[in-house]
Amino acid sequence: MKKKYLPYFLVSPYLIHFAIFVAFPVGFSIYLTFNNWNIIAPMEFVGLANYKRLFSDATFWKSLLNTVIFLVIHIPLQIVIALFLAELLNQKIKFRGFFRAAFFLPVIVSGVVVTILWQQLYGFDTGLFNRLLVKVGLGKIGWLTDPNIAMPAIAVMATWKNVGLYVILFLVGLQTVPPQYYEAADLEGATHFQKFFKITLPVINPTIFMVVVLSTIGGFSLFIEPYVMTGGGPLNSTISAVLYIYKQGFFYYHMGYAATLGFFFAMIILAVVVIQKRLVEKDR
Amino acid sequence: MKRIFYYIFLFVGAITFLYPFIWMISASIAPENEIGNLILFPSHLNFNSYKLMFEKIPIARAFLNSMIVSSSITIGVLVFGSMVGYALSRLEFWGRDAIFYLIIFTMTLPFQITLIPQYILIVKFGWVDSYFGLIVPYLMNALSIIMFRQYFKSIPQDLIDAARIDGCGEMRIIFRILWPNSIPAIITVGILTFMASWNEVLWALIVIRDESMMTMPQLVTLFAVGGRAESQLGVKLAAATILALPIIIAYLFFQKYFIQSMASTGLKE
Repeated sequence: MKKKYLPYFLVSPYLIHFAIFVAFPVGFSIYLTFNNWNIIAPMEFVGLANYKRLFSDATFWKSLLNTVIFLVIHIPLQIVIALFLAELLNQKIKFRGFFRAAFFLPVIVSGVVVTILWQQLYGFDTGLFNRLLVKVGLGKIGWLTDPNIAMPAIAVMATWKNVGLYVILFLVGLQTVPPQYYEAADLEGATHFQKFFKITLPVINPTIFMVVVLSTIGGFSLFIEPYVMTGGGPLNSTISAVLYIYKQGFFYYHMGYAATLGFFFAMIILAVVVIQKRLVEKDR
Repeated sequence: MKRIFYYIFLFVGAITFLYPFIWMISASIAPENEIGNLILFPSHLNFNSYKLMFEKIPIARAFLNSMIVSSSITIGVLVFGSMVGYALSRLEFWGRDAIFYLIIFTMTLPFQITLIPQYILIVKFGWVDSYFGLIVPYLMNALSIIMFRQYFKSIPQDLIDAARIDGCGEMRIIFRILWPNSIPAIITVGILTFMASWNEVLWALIVIRDESMMTMPQLVTLFAVGGRAESQLGVKLAAATILALPIIIAYLFFQKYFIQSMASTGLKE
């Protein structure tokens, strides 16, 4: 083989894969948004009909609202718990390795397993949470059957699954703070609060930004949790972006409309991430 | 005194994250009347749930399918990722930077946009209900390329020059010279890829309809939602245990690598 072509040979697997599984799908996806197609019958050009339908589709708006509800609960909860546990792990303690490993366990286990387990915890009659509530003399809660509670319940579960990763990332952040800063602050008589807001927070700011971005992407990618637990119900209160794409595409075979949904959600994700990035950069 | 509170919080935290898994395993080996009790120690062992599981769903076949798919994807990602990573970090050629930025760009592309067209491709290729449909789209991974590129940059040029003088071709340089010196990168990429493909469920639900071709998470999911589990919680938990166990066992041995790998993907964002 000629030396000149060798680099291109080495990168060719990527370029071929890119052309087939990235570039073509993106182009085809945009093309599909102007068509109706069930794969079997011939494609039918419908102009902007899919977009018009999208804006008047109550379920699409509902899935967006559900994602917002999910994020509003999931992001702050995740940051507070992860910071708290990371702060504890950052003290001089024994068995740090054990605690770290325990917090991290749900991160590596399949979401299917986590969902099946939480389905039991959230069970109305036999679930752990309702048993505890009854034991302390309170009424049962319909964790997965009450439309106002089902999505928050899923957000709490997702926090439990992911928080271990952010504990580790915050811990890495906290360990980069030079101890001299705290010593100097102690000499000046700074309070715990002052130290946290003036020293710790600026250092871990990039990590917080990352939690927000990754959680946003995660919120729009939510699928298996509602699929297994609620099927999107009750009253569509847990239908997520991806679950709705899945239903339109693989339940009704509305490929054109499912592609429109996918395209739109992708644009929303990109826009949100860009806005978040701007806000953080402005902050610095 | 303060110390005691630290330990109390940490211990409560650890219990919160561990309890559901411990309960899952112990309930799956508990006698039927004790499964719902949320206790951690069954009065005696009972493998009836597992026996029923093997009777009801083709879990052994699904386990084999998942192993084949996850291993193939992992090997592919390691081989292709290091080839591209090597070219991008060690060779000079026209368009190199453009390709690098293309890879960075594709990493930020949300999968929601490619989901439907990728499925249509699989249909047109005739890969529905086949290993190809599950494996081929995942053989290339942008993050692994970036990780190999980064790691190969840290390897001294002398090593590569010496190999060239000895007449090594570029492929031999990658797999015989660089690989033995890149064990941490290989482990990181390997763990991330295997774990992600073992746990992947959405894509399998889309391209596989035939029960004998289903992967573990897919089969367990359909069993859990499909009503075939009926009221048999034990069988459901046994299936969940079998699905979780390979990753948990790997985690027990390579715990530090798992945590470092996952943290490194986060930190690169």
